[in-house]
Amino acid sequence: MGSYILKRLLAAIPVILGITVIVFLIMSLIPGDPATAILGSYATPENVEKLNRDLGLDKPLVQQYFIWLGNMLQGDFGRSFSLNRPVLDEVLERFGATLVLAGTSLVICSILGIIAGVVSAARQYGVADKAITFIVLIGISIPSFFLGMMMILLFAVNLRWLPVSGMYAIYGGGDLPDLIRHLLMPATALAVVATGVIARLSRSAMLEVLRQDFIRTARAKGVTERNVIWRHALKAAMVSIIPVIGVQAGFVLSGAVYIETVFQWPGVGRMLVTAILTRDILLVQGGVVIVAACYVLFNLAVDVAQSLLDPRVTT
Amino acid sequence: MNFIPLTRRAVGTLAIAAMSVALGLPAKAQTPPGVLVVGQIAEPKSLDPAAVTAANDFRILLNIYDGLARYKPGTLEPEPALAESWDVSEDGTVYTFHLREGVKFHDGSDFNAEAVKFNFDRMLDENHPFHDTGPFPLAFFFSSVEEVTVVDDLTVEFKLSEPYAPFMANIAYATGLIVSPAAVEQYGKDFGRHPSGTGPFKFAEWRSNEAVVVEKNPDYWDGAPPLDAVVFRPITDANTRTAEMLSGGIDVMVEVPPDALSEFENDRYKILEAAGPHVWFLILNAKEGPFSDVRVRQAANLAINKKAIVENVLEGTAEIAAGPTPPAFGWAYNDELEPYPYNPERAKELIAEAGAEGAELTFYVTEGGSGMLDPVPMGTAIQADLEAVGFDVKIETYEWNTFLGEVNPGLEGKADMAEMAWMTQDPDTLPFLALRTGAWPEEGGFNSGYYSNPKVDELLEKARVSTSQDERAELYKEMQTIVQEEAPWVFVANWKQNAVTSATVENLQLEPSFFLILRDVAKN
Repeated sequence: MGSYILKRLLAAIPVILGITVIVFLIMSLIPGDPATAILGSYATPENVEKLNRDLGLDKPLVQQYFIWLGNMLQGDFGRSFSLNRPVLDEVLERFGATLVLAGTSLVICSILGIIAGVVSAARQYGVADKAITFIVLIGISIPSFFLGMMMILLFAVNLRWLPVSGMYAIYGGGDLPDLIRHLLMPATALAVVATGVIARLSRSAMLEVLRQDFIRTARAKGVTERNVIWRHALKAAMVSIIPVIGVQAGFVLSGAVYIETVFQWPGVGRMLVTAILTRDILLVQGGVVIVAACYVLFNLAVDVAQSLLDPRVTT
Repeated sequence: MNFIPLTRRAVGTLAIAAMSVALGLPAKAQTPPGVLVVGQIAEPKSLDPAAVTAANDFRILLNIYDGLARYKPGTLEPEPALAESWDVSEDGTVYTFHLREGVKFHDGSDFNAEAVKFNFDRMLDENHPFHDTGPFPLAFFFSSVEEVTVVDDLTVEFKLSEPYAPFMANIAYATGLIVSPAAVEQYGKDFGRHPSGTGPFKFAEWRSNEAVVVEKNPDYWDGAPPLDAVVFRPITDANTRTAEMLSGGIDVMVEVPPDALSEFENDRYKILEAAGPHVWFLILNAKEGPFSDVRVRQAANLAINKKAIVENVLEGTAEIAAGPTPPAFGWAYNDELEPYPYNPERAKELIAEAGAEGAELTFYVTEGGSGMLDPVPMGTAIQADLEAVGFDVKIETYEWNTFLGEVNPGLEGKADMAEMAWMTQDPDTLPFLALRTGAWPEEGGFNSGYYSNPKVDELLEKARVSTSQDERAELYKEMQTIVQEEAPWVFVANWKQNAVTSATVENLQLEPSFFLILRDVAKN
């Protein structure tokens, strides 16, 4: 197992490097440059040239990339010129906020999705099944940013139960209850689509397992139906549910871009959007490297978890 | 594996705990008394006034720093600030500033002539030891400054390479704000996150992407401000900003979307509006194609229903522009100019005279951008008006950055017209950079439509170096009359900036500079 994990980690390095090359190329291919973004209406060719020189962007592309790579390997991600601070400081700070949001969301959608799927499967074609299927369909169909705005309107503006945006209250906040108050709406809005997907797949995975012989055996032995479903069947179904959760983690991370914008969450998704608009290539690179590394690690964790659950999967 | 009880109980307990924590707490008054929370449109880039370019950042900076001069409230005319007075030499090339005595920076160091010299040398002299704390994108505002000399502790002299009338307007602008040399020496490149000035508020804290907090400076030379603190919160999404204002999470909201204004028309809020030095126009390609004929350019001005754009698309947040100079410039504005009327019949006649019926026009539209208001719906409305008088208009839409990259190098061979908007602190910059022959793109200017009139060139060159405001006013008024007649642009709109405050906020006034001046603002 240890050597397998090591092998997977080594294999991730070229993947991440490849991503940085692609991002670097795309960022250089899109028209417009950082100096123009900073100068706006004052972007005369002369001013642009001088500013690009000051920013160190007048060197050939390949050279710029290798300078960045060399520095990055020594832990120096460079300085963001749109924020005027070290890229690493900014990315780590923002990534923490995204992890809190996406992590909470993932927990919500896994738990609710699995419960909904299991209940649905256990009562196939019953009222509960039909109701859940219907709700899931609605959940999958609503764009998360729209749901977010509607939640703000209802819970923050009209009912005033929850704060509209941000991660902590400006004054007197900063503790866990404050964080939860701010987290509740964005994490839920972000979880809705993924919950639907997980619920659907949990349902079909459970239905398949429930038709198998060992379930019939368990029932014949007199195991209660509750135990059959939640203990025997669900454990077997988890083998096919966990990879789905792994895929959903990617969707939740990318969905965070919208949700972070709507709820003004200080996360890495919104940072990347702003960085792309201002052509802040170093900040984009830094952000992408961290997100990609996280995604690779999470997928590795999913594979490991699956092999632990399912003896048929060998490492 | 003990799946069942764990999952169920855990979920139940967790959900209940979360809900009770979230809902059980009474919704407290979110903004404490004496603290003004301002909803900004973006995270500031830096709090170093020499390093930033955005109006959004200036709103914070003008409350932390002072310049040698500042704009008189409600105008764009310089009045004394850190300098108590100044003299200009006969030939307009030497400005001598007499500095206010006893002013200290927030870090305790003294404000004096050395500090002033440090500030301008840092920006302008590539060999200055702290020039590397840049880049300083707007340093060219002071490119005419040849030398800054310390005469004595409280007297400083600026020598210009040539007379430059907008100099004082630039001194009073955000780029001319004076920072503490001691703080720059201490923090170097990180000064932008540890600002120190002489202003009414001291920097307290910058929580990335959450808030910039500034606190009352009790020793302010112009009297301590009534507020204890101001919190600037970046809220990029306009809908979220509106929701924060409605829920009481912020006290002041800038740049309110036009369609949200009606939400605030009650006695819980105050709506503020002020015309700014802004003009939204269409650059017409006068070098080639149909718009090389002045009659077709005039026809475009007549064919576009500016009233409908201002009232319907912009929902009253702008006024119809008459010429190239915004009315906010007061003394330099020619108030005898009437905007081109909406007269499609006359437009058709002019087009027929010029033989340009059915001409195909390529129209560059941007998706957004600084001062561009609502560029896509505005572009579509303009397209419809021009098609109604017989043109065949093809829109090409670009993201702002890309758009500037297409438009600034000139429209030749690519397009017949393009959207554009400018906001400046003096009446000189825009026409000088965008209407002179010497400002064609290949000369490094922004005259992307290649308008050229030797008389206009002469007026603009003269107005820029004259030291008499009356003479400058005459020259600019004449320029506006000619330019309106020759219509190198379609003059569309002058934007009125807006803001909403809760009814408890007092003495807030919007400035034509688009700065947010909070030194006299109180909150009850």
